[in-house]
Amino acid sequence: MMELEIELKKASDSLKLWDATSISLTAGCDLFMRYVTRTSALEYEDFNSAKSRLIERAEKFGEISCKARRIIAMLSQDFIFDGCTIMVHGFSRVVLEVLKTAAQSKKLFRVFCTEGRPDRTGLRLSNELAKLDVPVKLLIDSAVAYTMDDVDMVFVGADGVVESGGIINMMGTYQMALVAHSMNKPVYVAAESYKFARLYPLDQKDMAPALRPIDFGVPIPSKVEVETSARDYTPPQYLTLLFTDLGVLTPSVVSDELIQLYL
Amino acid sequence: MDSRRAPRTVSDPKVRKVGFFTAPPDRSLSSPPDHRVFSFLTSPPPVVDNSSPSAGNSLSPVMIPPPRHSSANLSPLRRDSAEYFPLLLPPPPQPRSPIMWRRRRWGGVLLLLRVACREEKGGGVAVEMQNDQSTRSKSLKEKTTKAERRALQEAQRAAKAAAKAEGGTTPAAASGAAASNDSATVAASEKKGGDRPPEKDRKKEVPQPRMQYDDKSRVEKAKRRAVVKQTEARNRVELFRHLPQYERGTQLPELESKLFELDPMHPAVYKVGLQYLSGDICGGNARCIAMLQAFQEAIKDYSTPPEKTLARDLTAKIGSYVSFLIECRPLSISMGNAIRFLKNRIAKLPLSLSEMEAKTNLHSDIDRFINEKIILADKVIVKHAVTKISDGDVLLTYGSSSAVEMVLLHAHELGKQFRVVVVDSRPKLEGQLLLRRLVGKGINCTYTHINAISYIMHEVTRVFLGASSVLSNGTVYSRVGTACVAMVAHSFHVPVLVCCEAYKFHERVQLDSICSNELGDPDVISKVRGREDINFLDGSSNSAILQLLNLIYDATPSDYVSMIITDYGMVPPTSVPVIVREYRREHLLI
Repeated sequence: MMELEIELKKASDSLKLWDATSISLTAGCDLFMRYVTRTSALEYEDFNSAKSRLIERAEKFGEISCKARRIIAMLSQDFIFDGCTIMVHGFSRVVLEVLKTAAQSKKLFRVFCTEGRPDRTGLRLSNELAKLDVPVKLLIDSAVAYTMDDVDMVFVGADGVVESGGIINMMGTYQMALVAHSMNKPVYVAAESYKFARLYPLDQKDMAPALRPIDFGVPIPSKVEVETSARDYTPPQYLTLLFTDLGVLTPSVVSDELIQLYL
Repeated sequence: MDSRRAPRTVSDPKVRKVGFFTAPPDRSLSSPPDHRVFSFLTSPPPVVDNSSPSAGNSLSPVMIPPPRHSSANLSPLRRDSAEYFPLLLPPPPQPRSPIMWRRRRWGGVLLLLRVACREEKGGGVAVEMQNDQSTRSKSLKEKTTKAERRALQEAQRAAKAAAKAEGGTTPAAASGAAASNDSATVAASEKKGGDRPPEKDRKKEVPQPRMQYDDKSRVEKAKRRAVVKQTEARNRVELFRHLPQYERGTQLPELESKLFELDPMHPAVYKVGLQYLSGDICGGNARCIAMLQAFQEAIKDYSTPPEKTLARDLTAKIGSYVSFLIECRPLSISMGNAIRFLKNRIAKLPLSLSEMEAKTNLHSDIDRFINEKIILADKVIVKHAVTKISDGDVLLTYGSSSAVEMVLLHAHELGKQFRVVVVDSRPKLEGQLLLRRLVGKGINCTYTHINAISYIMHEVTRVFLGASSVLSNGTVYSRVGTACVAMVAHSFHVPVLVCCEAYKFHERVQLDSICSNELGDPDVISKVRGREDINFLDGSSNSAILQLLNLIYDATPSDYVSMIITDYGMVPPTSVPVIVREYRREHLLI
C-alpha cells in the first residue's frame, strides 16, 4: 500500500513537471492525491480490493471533473438574462459551456470578446460562438474600458483559484476586473473545484513565473525588454461571485473549502 | 462549541433597529438590543456609560443613539444586592398600575425590580431590588407583561435621573455588571441594555465577560476578596471607566512583604504574578508560558484535601490563582484560552485515576500544550512566512513580537537579502529590544518612531505584525499603534502579514478598541525618562481637568490585513472563524 502511494506520488510529480507553470494541473494532481489517499480503503487487508477501491475513487474523481462543467453551466443560467451583454476574456472551456447552454435555452444575449493577445485565444472563442449563432463583437485588449459602459457582466474562467479567493488567469483579466469594478459591473468567475490551490500571492510578482514569447510581427531591437508573463493575479475584492461545482460561492469561501479539504 | 452555531442571526428581528429614530423614550429600549445583534458573542459589551452626561451612550460606532433626555439616560438597572434607594420621582408621563414587577433573567440569577406606586409620588419612592432564586422567580415570570415591563423601565430611568439630579451619587449598578469572576462556568451573556426576556439558548457557551469596573458593588466585592490591595486611580477618563485602573507603584512593596504569609497562594504563582506586575514578563507567549509553568508547579505540589474530589477542588484552586493573576495584570486572550484548556483537561480526567496519575497526566498535558501550540506553532509560522520574503525586500515591523523576530532571524539565516525597518512608540519603546537583537545578528536595520510612519512607508515592500489575538471577524487585537501601521500600509498598497499562533484565536467579535482594552500607567505618558527639561506635565497629574490615558491594546479591522500566518497555514482574515470552528473541537480548546 505504501508502495502504491509512493508510485502515485512519483507519477503525479512527473505530470506536474511536464508543465511547471500550470496551476490547475498542480492543484488537480494534489487534490487527486488527497482524494484518493484519504480513503479508508488503504486499511483493507486485501490488496486487490483496496486497489479496486482506489481505482473506483479515481474514476469518480474524473467523472466529477467532467460533470463539473455541466453543473457550473446550470448554476450560471440564472445570472444570464435576456438582452444582456457579456464580456469574456480568453478561451475558457467552462465559460464556453456556460454560453452554449444559455444559447441552447434560447436566451438572447450578445458577447464582447477580447482578442486575448499573445495567444489570440479570443479569436478561437469568437469562432465557436459564431457557430452557436450568438452575436459576437471582437475587441482589441485596449478597448475594454471603452466598451465597459455597455456591458452588463464580465465572465472569466480561471487557471487557478487561490486561497484568498482571488484567481490566476490569462494576462488581462486583472485589468478587466479593475475596470469592471470601478464601473460597478459584476465579475463572475467560472472554475471547477479542482482548481483550488494552496497558493497565496500577495501581489503580481509573488507567483511562479509563467513566460510565453510574444510575437510582435516585426523584429524588435535587442536592447528593448519585453514583458512576457502570460498570466496575472486578480485579488478577491474585484470578484463578485465564483461559479463552481460546489455551488455559487463568494471569494471568502474558498479558504473555508481548502481548510476543510487539506487539514 | 459546535452545538452552538445557531446564533448567527438575530433571534428577535423585529426589534432590530439601526439608525436614528425619534421614538418616544420607551422605544429606546430597542436600541440597546442592537448591541446584542452586533456583539452577542462579545464578552465585554459596549459600555453604556451613565455617569457622564456629555458622553451619553458609548454605543458601538454603527449605532446612532436616539435622542435622550438632557440628564443622562440610563440603561435599566441590574443589581444583585438588596439595597434600598430612596428616590424622588417626577410626575409620570403615563398612568401606571400600582406595583409593577419587573423581572429580568440574567445569567441564571434573577433580579426582581419593584417600583412603588405612583400614589406615593408626593415623596420618595422606594426602589427595591432583590436577588432572587431562579426557581422562585420562574413562577412569577408570567406576571409581567411587556407593556408593564416597559413602563417599569421608564419609571426606573426617570427615577435614576432624579437620583442623579439629587445626589450625584454614583449609580450603584450603572451600566451593568458582568458575572462575577468566580461564578465558574455559568456563561452570562453580554450586558443587556434592553428590557427583553433573555434568550436562554444563546447564553450557554459564550465566554465569560470580563468584569466591568464601573459597577461599584462588584468592585467592592472583588476588593474584599483581593490579595493585592490596589487603590484606584483618580482622574480617570470617562469613556474607559469600565476598565480597571490602579495607582502604580503601590502594590509591589506590599506584595513583597506578604511573601511569607501567603497560605492560599502557591509561591510559583505568586512569583509569576509579581513578575507581571513589575513588567518583567511582557508579551503574549511569554506570559502564557510563565503562567502554565507556574501552574505545573502548583499542580505538582497539590494534594487533594479529604472528602473532596480532585477535579473540583483543583479547578477551584486554579480559579483562585487566576483571580490573583488578574489582580496583578488583566489576562491576555492567549492566557484565557490556555486556562480554558487546562480547566477542560481537569474536568475530563477519568475518575478512576489515582491522584499521582492525574497529576502526571495534567503535567504532561500542559507540556504538550506549550510544545504543540506555542513552540512548534512558531516553527510552522516561520516556515510559511519566509516564503513570502524575497531578495531585495524592505520589511517593516512594529514593536516587538516574538513570532516576527523568529521569522526575520530565520530568513536571515537562509541567506535572504533584505533590510528591516523597526517602528517604535512611547511609552514602552519595545522596538529597541528587537532592534538590538536584530542588529546583533547582522541584519540591516532602520529605526524610527511611529510619527514617521507615513514618511517611511513608501520604501517598504512588506509589513510583518504580531498579534495578541485575532478575533472572529478578522479583527487583529494587538499592541496599540498596530492599527495605525496597518492602515498606513494599506493606503500605500503594502501587504500586511500578521503572524499569530492559532491558540490565540478567539471566537468573540470586537468592533472598536474601547469596549475591551487594558489601561496602563498614565504617569509614564506625562514623564519622559532622562529628559527632565521637557517634563512640563510634572506635578499636574492631580489636576482635575487633565486626564491621562495610556491604552495598551488596539483593534485593527480586517480590511487592512492581507494575510494571517498561523500554524494552520496562510489564511485570509475571513477564515479565522473557520479555524476556530474546526480545530477547537479537535484540540479541546473549548
